Amino acid sequence: MGILIDGNTRVIVQGMTGRSGTFYAELAMRYAPGTYVGGVRPGKGGSQHLGLPVFDTARDAVAETGADASMIMVPAAYAADAMIEAIEAEIGTIVCVTERIPTLDMLRVKAALAGSDTRLVGPNSQGVLTPGACKIGVMQTVDAKPGSVGIVARSASLTSEIVALTNAAGLGQSTTVGIGGDPIHGIGFAECLALFNDDPQTQSVVLIGELGGVEEEAAADYLAAESFAKPVVALLVGRHAPEDRRMGHAGTVATLGSGSIEQKGAILEAAGARIARSPDEIVGLLGA
Amino acid sequence: MFLQEAEAKKILGGFGIALPRGGVADNGIAAGGVAAMLAADKLVVKALIRAGGRGLAGGIKFAKGAAEAGAATDALIGETLVTAQTGPKGEQVRSVYIEEALHFDASLYLSLLIDQRNARPTLMASIAGGVDFEDKARDAPQLVQKYALEPDGAHNPAALAAFLGNVGVGEAHVAAVCDVIGALVKAYFDTDARLIEINPLALMDDGSAVAIDAKMVLDDNALFRHPEFEALSHNLHLDPSELIAQRNEINFVKMDGDIGLVTNGAGLGLATYDMVVEGGGAPANFMDIRTTATSFQIARGIGLLIEDPAVNVLLVNIHGGGMTACDLVVGSLGFAYQRSERKPPIVFRVAGHNADWARRMIDKKDLPHQHATSMSDAVTLAVKLSKGAV
Repeated sequence: MGILIDGNTRVIVQGMTGRSGTFYAELAMRYAPGTYVGGVRPGKGGSQHLGLPVFDTARDAVAETGADASMIMVPAAYAADAMIEAIEAEIGTIVCVTERIPTLDMLRVKAALAGSDTRLVGPNSQGVLTPGACKIGVMQTVDAKPGSVGIVARSASLTSEIVALTNAAGLGQSTTVGIGGDPIHGIGFAECLALFNDDPQTQSVVLIGELGGVEEEAAADYLAAESFAKPVVALLVGRHAPEDRRMGHAGTVATLGSGSIEQKGAILEAAGARIARSPDEIVGLLGA
Repeated sequence: MFLQEAEAKKILGGFGIALPRGGVADNGIAAGGVAAMLAADKLVVKALIRAGGRGLAGGIKFAKGAAEAGAATDALIGETLVTAQTGPKGEQVRSVYIEEALHFDASLYLSLLIDQRNARPTLMASIAGGVDFEDKARDAPQLVQKYALEPDGAHNPAALAAFLGNVGVGEAHVAAVCDVIGALVKAYFDTDARLIEINPLALMDDGSAVAIDAKMVLDDNALFRHPEFEALSHNLHLDPSELIAQRNEINFVKMDGDIGLVTNGAGLGLATYDMVVEGGGAPANFMDIRTTATSFQIARGIGLLIEDPAVNVLLVNIHGGGMTACDLVVGSLGFAYQRSERKPPIVFRVAGHNADWARRMIDKKDLPHQHATSMSDAVTLAVKLSKGAV
């Protein structure tokens, strides 16, 4: 089980033949043999890469391999078109690792997503990992073990830290999801919480938030509205970071619903989450 | 990339938004020349900085005639303005913008940005525009109203006019403001802006609307398709160490403390920063080594810290993953310390990919390091060392 991806997921890699595409696709294939079925690289259809067939388009790849997930590693200038192509090919789960995609490009992607059945993770995401079953992304896996903790985060290295800590405590992870660090992205904290709520393998959830954005607010709204029976521990980082003063238009930002990090913590706590001050406090709070 | 007033106005003027006549000067003599050319009764001299709030910080002066404009310019150039948006260090004034001062009664605040909740370009408007708008809006957010556009910027003219009516724009000015908004939307999409703000938009007696002040933030991620903005990026007054770090695939923010932080990933970097502050220490920086950084580039980042006389301890907290393995960072530490006269003590804490190997490797190097196992232990030790207590 776990959420979004499991041992039955069939993944293609868009941008598989590039330097980082090759590097990370190979690691992911080695992690869960059999879960990767092909790659996409316009102009290289019909060739082979890493022992898998390469197609010109996502639609061809889906038709030939039955893929239901895609990892996108194409350069930023072409990433939005790759995402839209995957959405149009009706791929169920898209994980976009590419970073530095222009924000206006993401508006086009969001418009394409509306009304589709596709779930987009990212961009600028380390990806999704269901330990022991399937890895779509660039995260390290040495400390990951199948288990009961669901993790959803906005950044990669801190997720790996929590993975190592929950593993050392003998809990393991159901699925880890990096929703990505960009202002406009695919699935958010609230949708991941809903998926974890329905997943029998997940017994508790760790949510790693940051200053800025509206994800923590959406998660608090969700927790306050739903009967969420599993413990949720939230770690919010950037409490002492100098706020982004240049974009800090307090009045307009407040109107759009993004609060300070103190406000984010307060509303999550009021909605039932337990607040950790450092990664080292998380495991203790999960059990209690 | 934050554009100051003169840069933003140049762009917006090109999209047909009406502006007061004006020009840039970086000394009193040049300012006198601009003022003489404008031949206006009243002039306004505005400090060009890359942050808002300058009006309340003394960055805007009024002048009558060229001599007064020159004197006001000389008084502003070289001053450091501290506003709510510059942070405590403030920003030094290097040039000013001299404009004809217009008379107007109503001031509209207008901005365009993306609402993250619904991924829509969203117009923010308030009839309470002016220098103290930010304070007013903070205390009374209901003064600001928002209007969502279609994802491609399209909008219904009648609905927009009705919105402006609700905001408090009188009938005489609705058409002019709608035109400004049309130009704003076009500018936003054509330049890949993150934010365009006009504050105030003066509603003139003749029914026209004039942008008195303007700011823009461009999307750094889209600069690759805007070679026309390349020259602007050379004018950014970044801290030199931040600039060097940026060129070496490291996100770096210089701070005032004495504990140099070497961390990878924004989340781990922020978490480490929080723990140091809450543990009673003072970080010298925030660091996020990007996963694409090479060993040599990371060494450059470490060099920035250890060559800084303020830094008396280095806290290395790396979670190896992706292309950043822990042992890569040990190599970088070796490079940096070899090349530096200053060799502050290192608290070394690594986890993840190749962590064991990195711990063995650093023991073989001639580096002044101590190991720590958990993040909490590492932070406690670094704070102690920074206070000379070990």
